[in-house]
Amino acid sequence: MTQRNFTRREFNAALAASGTLAALSPFGIARAQATKLKVGVLLPRSGFQGFIGQSCQKGADLAPGVIKELLGVDIELMNADTETNVDTARTRAERLIQEGAHVLVGPFDSGAASAIAQVAEQRGVPFVINIAAAPPITEQGYKFVFRNFPTAPELVRNGLALIGDLFRETKVAPRTAVFMHVNDTFGQAMFKGISAIMPGLTNLPFKIVDTISYDPAAKDLTVEVSKAKAANADFLLLVCRLNDAIILRREMIKQRWNPMGVISPGSPGIYEEQFSKVLGKNAEYCMANAPWFNPKMNMTKVVDAAFRKQNPKEQFVFHGTNVAYTFESILIAADAFKRARSTDPKTLADAIRQTNITDRIGLGGPIKFNAKGQVEGNLSACAQILNGRPTVVLPLSAAEARPVFPMPSYKA
Amino acid sequence: MPSIDLIANVVIAGLLTGLVYGLMALGLSVIFGVVRVVNFAHGEMMTIAMYAAVALFGAFRLDPFIAVIPVAIVFFGFGYAMQAGLINPFITRPEHSQFMLLVAVAIIMVNVLLMIFGPSALNVQVDYQLESYEVGKILFDKARVFAAGMALATSAGLFIFFKHTRTGKAIRACADNNLGAKVVGLNVKHLYALTFGLGSACVAVAGCMMILLVDVTPSLGPGYTLLAFVIVIIGGLGSMPGALFGGILIGVSEALAGLFFAPSAKSMFGFALLILVLLFRPQGLLGRKL
Repeated sequence: MTQRNFTRREFNAALAASGTLAALSPFGIARAQATKLKVGVLLPRSGFQGFIGQSCQKGADLAPGVIKELLGVDIELMNADTETNVDTARTRAERLIQEGAHVLVGPFDSGAASAIAQVAEQRGVPFVINIAAAPPITEQGYKFVFRNFPTAPELVRNGLALIGDLFRETKVAPRTAVFMHVNDTFGQAMFKGISAIMPGLTNLPFKIVDTISYDPAAKDLTVEVSKAKAANADFLLLVCRLNDAIILRREMIKQRWNPMGVISPGSPGIYEEQFSKVLGKNAEYCMANAPWFNPKMNMTKVVDAAFRKQNPKEQFVFHGTNVAYTFESILIAADAFKRARSTDPKTLADAIRQTNITDRIGLGGPIKFNAKGQVEGNLSACAQILNGRPTVVLPLSAAEARPVFPMPSYKA
Repeated sequence: MPSIDLIANVVIAGLLTGLVYGLMALGLSVIFGVVRVVNFAHGEMMTIAMYAAVALFGAFRLDPFIAVIPVAIVFFGFGYAMQAGLINPFITRPEHSQFMLLVAVAIIMVNVLLMIFGPSALNVQVDYQLESYEVGKILFDKARVFAAGMALATSAGLFIFFKHTRTGKAIRACADNNLGAKVVGLNVKHLYALTFGLGSACVAVAGCMMILLVDVTPSLGPGYTLLAFVIVIIGGLGSMPGALFGGILIGVSEALAGLFFAPSAKSMFGFALLILVLLFRPQGLLGRKL
């Protein structure tokens, strides 16, 4: 094998070329020529939110195929596990950017979203949030942070409005509620939202007699449920995650507490597959007023078909919200990339700001960002567990069944 | 002010859970009391026992009360082998070497569990898990009552073993006077391994009972290691009654703190109790004076 040595001139030329490339790179001149969009997907695929993170991941996994077919855009996913840990989310985001991610999406958690938003803003890389509701994330004047998910006040407003609709529809008017909520960033934001919005809603006939916060990673909720039961309220208003929702429902049964209903005004947990799978008949009649998918949209049908192809043993309905909003966050990035024809972060961010997607999965109006990078007008549906699956019972226009309220005793 | 019924319900739940905590901490206390090695993989070992109970339930529908027998036997053997093969060479080494060894073992255990079972929470679903006894206005969670009963029975068995059997007495002799035990011809290394085996079996029983109360994930271990430390330090490191008493104290105080203050801040009270004990009775409530 012959060995060819670099001459001094060749070495200098190579050095100059690589120097020019490195100098231009921060301005996106070299990056802008990319034909493929590298999407860094940050999700809590392990830890106590692991189930939900894995559910969201299904939406990310099917996105490249569906988007290639719809928009003709090539997407490369760069997956990272936040391990349900804010610090891990921050370091994983840093690493994805170092490894060349053009845009970040995720991370199904307000605490993690806040941390990633800081990294994205510092490094000037667009970040499209799939699911996270704490309002401050899009109140910081960030230029690279976008969210296609309702903020906590919107979630609460939508959720409480559906509770009013439920009472009108079933002609039942509970007078008291005990409010239990997780004490993480999301739970605190929801608590503030409910405290601020409830007094102004005169159409709701009930008042909150006790508020109990708890750790979403709690292994035992005996005391919390004892306290809630002692409040003797008509129904339980619950802002939860998945594992704690399961523990809490079990504890309610152990303590023989039969309120008129368990209603989440806008949180995950109840509509997740694991909730119905683990609790079986004890999951029945619990309700979640959550951002939901619109089964009538064309995009939903396309994504549902892709989901069934990739996950033949699973039902889309259990992953609908997680898949819908995760898919949409990648769709937003791909749509912007197609229009911008560039991966330059600033150009991409400007293109995301101009988004106007009408054929979408989520309930609500078109995906359009306001000046703060927030999509307004995402709506919720009331999903009640009936026959082992979340079933839309409100709004009536999208209802698959009539709501059951008050819920029958778990012994029935 | 909460009603008397509510307070009674909460105290009873805390007491029953505290007994299982106590059994878990008992294993740690026994090992430290004799071998003088602090098992930093204690919580992780309990997590393995919980997974073993889940696996046996999944494969053979074996109730954790029956699964406890094979799991405890396997854990005894595992503990014996671990002490004889891995920890004995470290007995005379500096404490930081022992610490690093057992922390490494703990990290390996967590990651192996993660590889085998994944990050998802698992549990067993026995018939009586959601049932409770009602005495007046007070509810006794069946699973908790059974688990606490098993914790008491195991602890009693261990007390009897150490008090009334020749091997138990020999182990206590090793703990009291290591050199003296060697002089009279006791096989100290074998007795150390036996003690580690017994401590591991205790953890196995606690794990099989704990799976009736909480779902298991690989990340559960470090939290339980910390909890076991808090309990044995409050009760008195090396004191067997102290471990049980510490467990009950933590269980009840956390429950009451959750009731009278914020439930989300209940674990804070366990640590506050720990600081008070360290300040005013550093040897622990039932420990020997330092």
